[in-house]
Amino acid sequence: MSSILPVAFDGIAYASWLFLISAGLTLIYGVMRILNVAHGSLYALGAYAASSLAGVWLERGLPAAGSFAMLLLAAILVGCLVGPLIERGLLQWMYGKDEVVLVLITYAVFLIIEDVIKLVWGVDSLLLPEPYALPGNFLLGDLPYPVYNVLLIAMALATGLALAWALYRTRQGKLLLAVIHDREMSMAMGINVSRVYLATFAVGATLAALGGAFTAPTVAVTPGIGVEVIVLAFAVVVIGGLGSLGGAALGALLVGLVRSATVHYWPEAELFSIYAVMAMVLIARPKGLFAAQEARKI
Amino acid sequence: MKVATVAIGSLVALTALALLSPQWLVFMAMLVLAKGVVVLGLLVLMRTGLVSFGQGLYFGIGAYAAALLSHHLHVADAAVMLLAGAAAAGLIAALLGLLLAGYRDIFFAMLSLAFSMILYGLLVKSAALGSTDGFNLHARTLFGVALAPGVERRVFLIAAAVCAVVVALLVHGLLGGHWGRLVTGVRDNELRVTYLGASPYRVVYVNYLIAGTIAGMGGALVALAVGHVDPETTYWTTSGEFVFIAILGGTQSILAPFIAATIFEALRTMASQYAPNVWQMSLGLAMLAIIMFLPAGLWSLAERRRRSV
Repeated sequence: MSSILPVAFDGIAYASWLFLISAGLTLIYGVMRILNVAHGSLYALGAYAASSLAGVWLERGLPAAGSFAMLLLAAILVGCLVGPLIERGLLQWMYGKDEVVLVLITYAVFLIIEDVIKLVWGVDSLLLPEPYALPGNFLLGDLPYPVYNVLLIAMALATGLALAWALYRTRQGKLLLAVIHDREMSMAMGINVSRVYLATFAVGATLAALGGAFTAPTVAVTPGIGVEVIVLAFAVVVIGGLGSLGGAALGALLVGLVRSATVHYWPEAELFSIYAVMAMVLIARPKGLFAAQEARKI
Repeated sequence: MKVATVAIGSLVALTALALLSPQWLVFMAMLVLAKGVVVLGLLVLMRTGLVSFGQGLYFGIGAYAAALLSHHLHVADAAVMLLAGAAAAGLIAALLGLLLAGYRDIFFAMLSLAFSMILYGLLVKSAALGSTDGFNLHARTLFGVALAPGVERRVFLIAAAVCAVVVALLVHGLLGGHWGRLVTGVRDNELRVTYLGASPYRVVYVNYLIAGTIAGMGGALVALAVGHVDPETTYWTTSGEFVFIAILGGTQSILAPFIAATIFEALRTMASQYAPNVWQMSLGLAMLAIIMFLPAGLWSLAERRRRSV
């Protein structure tokens, strides 16, 4: 069938977007044992900041290609300012609490940021179509297909590889893995766990904001855009196994392909299919595809 | 004795409220009772050490079951709708519980969330069920007795009060006895409960069933009060709201969910009147304050006071 190719492309593009967001979520969970609901608001903040920054850039009549740099800059700004603010200002006092309580705490942060966004940017939607239209289309079979989506795929690939490299090939990454493996022992060995947490949260937040920033040109940025994203990212991360980077990649790919297939062939089942996949994976493998087994404790 | 006093007292007070207060207060009291009942189900789960982020599933099933009866089968009896809401939710909970009772902690929370989102996805996309707009329902009789248009809501409030008090008494009795000990045992140390010869799976399953059924009843109550259902009832933010109310009240007393629901609805009404833009923010700040300073919920204030007297 001629429509297989676009379906696959759509699926992979959607998966790339999902992966950017889920990678941050799973990283934060893996290191800090926090299932961060506020990830959705960091995504929204990224989208808003990107719209504003790139909007200002284009208004000034600066070269349009630079708006991509503005998207990136917005994500990094949000991640490195708001991320540490949340971690240092609130979460660092909460470590050691029950995982479900931590979910509630980040849910509270999510609610607060939702309103902060409304107060700062108002309730009207922001539009920023230029970066999406700029790279143009190419022909996929006989269908014009946006180059922007290909850029998104490339960026997700690059981000995934960079994360894997940083995690498994650098000294900092090995310290991080040690903290994941045994927090107290790493502390005893002289690793500054508090700083590792801060860095992890900042990186995770940047990834969420990155997802938001590069979504901003494709949609109308309105209040509440983070609400749906967060449960989607949860689904992806839970499918892959909480805390597993490879799991997030596989989960994103699975969800992305399933979604684009249902959208093309059976559009009514779009949302249903994603969560049905999640439920089926959890039924078959209760802790997700790539989760480590834990010892039972009496 | 004390329990009977509280039960009769609240029934009398709610009946008086239903007969004497203005319509808006009747409406609000109905919402409080409905949400209180749902949160009571969450309390049962939380005593077992589980938090469900998907009670919206049963809330929505209850609401839609009631509304479908009215809309498609032209059943107009409120009692039938309430029973149907609870029964439909109980049926689904009995099925999903078989699966969910094997999960704990964050996985239980997330899987229940997934199921509620599946229903949301189905409702939003199905034109036959009204899609994102939902549809209206209208209940005209209670136990076959026709109700005049003006007094319907007042009578429904009395019915809701009876439902809530009966459910609360049942849950109180259940948790006060042998079962209640078993439930906290499962929360504290599941493996030891197994060694003592009881089945944690069974405990979790039954509690999940209870929570689902009464959440369905709560959903049907809200449908009766509002006269309209939409997919928002199953969305995760609705479920989050229930968890918020549960945390606000705490799990020590059967009354706590109802008191917390009252405070929640009152605050929401005020906020939507005076400060609609910072409602979520105040909710978030309140939640943080409670988790930090009153981890056992508002009810612990009352307990503390009693101890110091």
